[in-house]
Amino acid sequence: MTFRSQTPSARAWQRFRRNRLGFWSLVVFCTLVLLSLLAEVISNDRPLLVSYQGELYVPIVRDYSEKTFGGDFDTHTDYLDPFIRERLSSHGNWALFAPNPYGPKTLNYFAKAPNPSGPSADNWLGTDDRGRDLLAQLIYGFRVSVLFALALTLVGTVLGIVTGAIQGFFGGKTDLAFQRFIEIWGSMPELYLLIIFSAVFAPSLVLLLVLLSLFGWMGLSDYVRAEFLRNRQLDYVRAARSLGVSNWHIITRHLLPNSLTPVVTFLPFRMSGAILALTSLDFLGLGVPPGTPSLGELLSQGKNNIDAWWISLFTFAVLVITLLLLTFMGDALRDALDPRKADQ
Amino acid sequence: MSQPISVLSNTGGMSSRAGSGVHDLKPMSLLDVQNLSVSFGSRTVVHEVSFSIARGEKLALVGESGSGKTVSALSLLRLAEQATVSGQAWFDGQDLLALPERALRGIRGQDIAMIFQEPMTALNPLMRVGDQIAEVVTLKQSLAAPKAGLAAIDLLAEVGIGDPVRRYRAYPHQLSGGQRQRAMIAMALACHPKLLLADEPTTALDVSLRGQILDLLDRLQRERGMAVLMITHDLNLVRRFADHVVVMERGRVVEQGATRTLFANPQHPYTQRLMASQPERDPLADTAPPPMGQVPVLAATGLRVSYPTPLPGLRGWFKRGEFVAVQGADFALAPSQTLGVMGESGSGKSTLALAALGLLPFQGDLTVAGDRWGHDSASNKALRRQVQVVFQDPFSSLSPRMTVEEIVGEGLGVFEHTLPASQRRERVVQALQDVGLDADTTGSVTALLGRYPHEFSGGQRQRLAIARALIIGPRILVLDEPTSALDVTVQKQVLQLLQRLQREHGLSYLLITHDVAVIRAMAHTVLVMQAGEVVETGLVHAVLTNPKHAYTRILVSAAG
Repeated sequence: MTFRSQTPSARAWQRFRRNRLGFWSLVVFCTLVLLSLLAEVISNDRPLLVSYQGELYVPIVRDYSEKTFGGDFDTHTDYLDPFIRERLSSHGNWALFAPNPYGPKTLNYFAKAPNPSGPSADNWLGTDDRGRDLLAQLIYGFRVSVLFALALTLVGTVLGIVTGAIQGFFGGKTDLAFQRFIEIWGSMPELYLLIIFSAVFAPSLVLLLVLLSLFGWMGLSDYVRAEFLRNRQLDYVRAARSLGVSNWHIITRHLLPNSLTPVVTFLPFRMSGAILALTSLDFLGLGVPPGTPSLGELLSQGKNNIDAWWISLFTFAVLVITLLLLTFMGDALRDALDPRKADQ
Repeated sequence: MSQPISVLSNTGGMSSRAGSGVHDLKPMSLLDVQNLSVSFGSRTVVHEVSFSIARGEKLALVGESGSGKTVSALSLLRLAEQATVSGQAWFDGQDLLALPERALRGIRGQDIAMIFQEPMTALNPLMRVGDQIAEVVTLKQSLAAPKAGLAAIDLLAEVGIGDPVRRYRAYPHQLSGGQRQRAMIAMALACHPKLLLADEPTTALDVSLRGQILDLLDRLQRERGMAVLMITHDLNLVRRFADHVVVMERGRVVEQGATRTLFANPQHPYTQRLMASQPERDPLADTAPPPMGQVPVLAATGLRVSYPTPLPGLRGWFKRGEFVAVQGADFALAPSQTLGVMGESGSGKSTLALAALGLLPFQGDLTVAGDRWGHDSASNKALRRQVQVVFQDPFSSLSPRMTVEEIVGEGLGVFEHTLPASQRRERVVQALQDVGLDADTTGSVTALLGRYPHEFSGGQRQRLAIARALIIGPRILVLDEPTSALDVTVQKQVLQLLQRLQREHGLSYLLITHDVAVIRAMAHTVLVMQAGEVVETGLVHAVLTNPKHAYTRILVSAAG
């Protein structure tokens, strides 16, 4: 044997890399997520840095009164105001703006066209029906969607693994009780519960996360349970039992690493499912609190303003690209972890 | 029909003209395979294999796993998926490898039929056995349904299935393993093939059934005058059955000839090694019977193991039935001795092993080094150190996601978790050297420690499993079919290793096996089990040379 010893996961990673579409989807997706995490630098209505009368200001992190820059009122500066703009660009003063000078909530009181306005030099992708910049909305909406999906996937996966592991490892009556519980729990009408809860409580991302997590773990726990049931009667587990290895060690060292294949395979698909869930709820108005940038809310605006084609088109494009990237990643991952595929 | 086909084959490759020339020289042969090469992607698994079968001849293709014998046979009918096949296979004047798919489909099942190793997966579980046979008859001979049904019943009778009219209506799961294999053979024979490809037809069957199926094949071959190509790893089978033998090693034919001459005088070193791979008793081992009055390390009286089974009907709601896997077994294992437990699948011998390991609840009395299994893991810890296990399947007995060091060192983590890392590693290396896995065979020792099980062969994995058991210094080793998943040459090496370890460490073995040859080489005393009951016990020599019980006689005679 001349090759270097490789862990099974390193081999899976190598197979994943060999799938170009999947690998580049991962690269592109990660880049998009990283960029969206830097959204404040890319799309912001405050300048990143201002040099005014020889002094440096950082409006991106600090609030300055309009008086600082020669305005009349002691209010937060509106950097889109032509007067302020002029003050900041004369007499050797300068301001470094973000590439897209709008935030997600920025209302441009000095816009030249009525809302919603189409793509122009001022608003590259146009504005929505309240005059907010669409590009900024999309960037921040994408970020919210992805972060929410990550959190939902994480919570759902952990819950699914824990319950699946308990059922599969102990089997018998424990398994039976859990299975009945899952059947009852799974037959609760999720959407009605969401509607009821969104009426009772103030809508928030955390509430949504909790509610969706409560129902999101069941599909995964079935797979983990099946893997555990299969693996626990294999000889290496029997050998560990006859060595007197504790249950905890058998679960964590023997069963869990060998039962994670379906979990990993489903991760991208669960992500795309979570993004879709959030978008649909927002579309119905049951999702994030008003004012939060959201892809679903933009879609519903697009529906209400059919003639403002740019709203629907660009939001739709962002959603399709995101979901497509995740699906490609999922396909590649599934192939990489398929034990029936040869190592060629 | 053969005319356009030979044209096709002439355009097929450079060597085809030479091939057809040879073909003309041997008009007698039914199948003439020349320079058959098979590759999957860039990996060539069969290299230029040539052999021929005459009409009515019995040819055996012998080799160990990975020798390419099954792929060679499958690619004759172009059934090997994703394989690139080159060479020629002349069958009745047609080159099978150059035939168009449609013409080949006519030959499959009609002129060349195939039977497989595992009849349970080769039969459709949702169709009645008779209907499956009748379907073949209808398809290939265009018989009307009632006639095809009658033909199927005749076929079932011909392959020796009792009460064929009733069995016609049985589903595959309702038949026993032997009956299923017979039904498979009936299906293959439905169209009077000229050549039968039998891929390990008896490997999945119990020892006592193997002889019967072999006799059946032998009788059918004689009565119908068909040729049989038998693919097998079992030399006993070859000796009893075949006229000619082709020995394959790593995709190449290393030797072929008439069975009698080849067995009498094997030429190639690999053939010689195969012939010599019959398990042998260690000449240094102590063969004397255990001295009287010694305290046994493992003893059982009235051992009984049962599983709950669901009862049918309303009763099943309130009560559980009981399946008794082991009934009233008594045995004693003396220090440094081997107790062989012999029996077929379902005889309860593996259950006995799990009970001895304390992994199953049981009734009766079982002592390990004078102690009994307790109810909680803490009190059992001392006992676990005394008795360890090696399982049959080297592929499922090692966790695929742990390194060699983690696997072998696991026991130290339980019993000597205070051991510093360096000493722990030293002990692992020591254990690996003990089982013959060291730098010489696998590169440097540190590299060996970081490897994962998939990088090892079956024999090496079994050595790893033995090292894992030995590292905590047990007195008893339960060996559950330790070599039946291994190739014969590897089997011999592992048995030799086990015998050396027994001698050096004074180990006692509880050896579970169905293989009489292994018992003969390893055991001091023998216990024969049938359907959960111990039917015979005694010293190995007495039991094997002069079996008392009818069942033991069947087992011993079937092993040849």
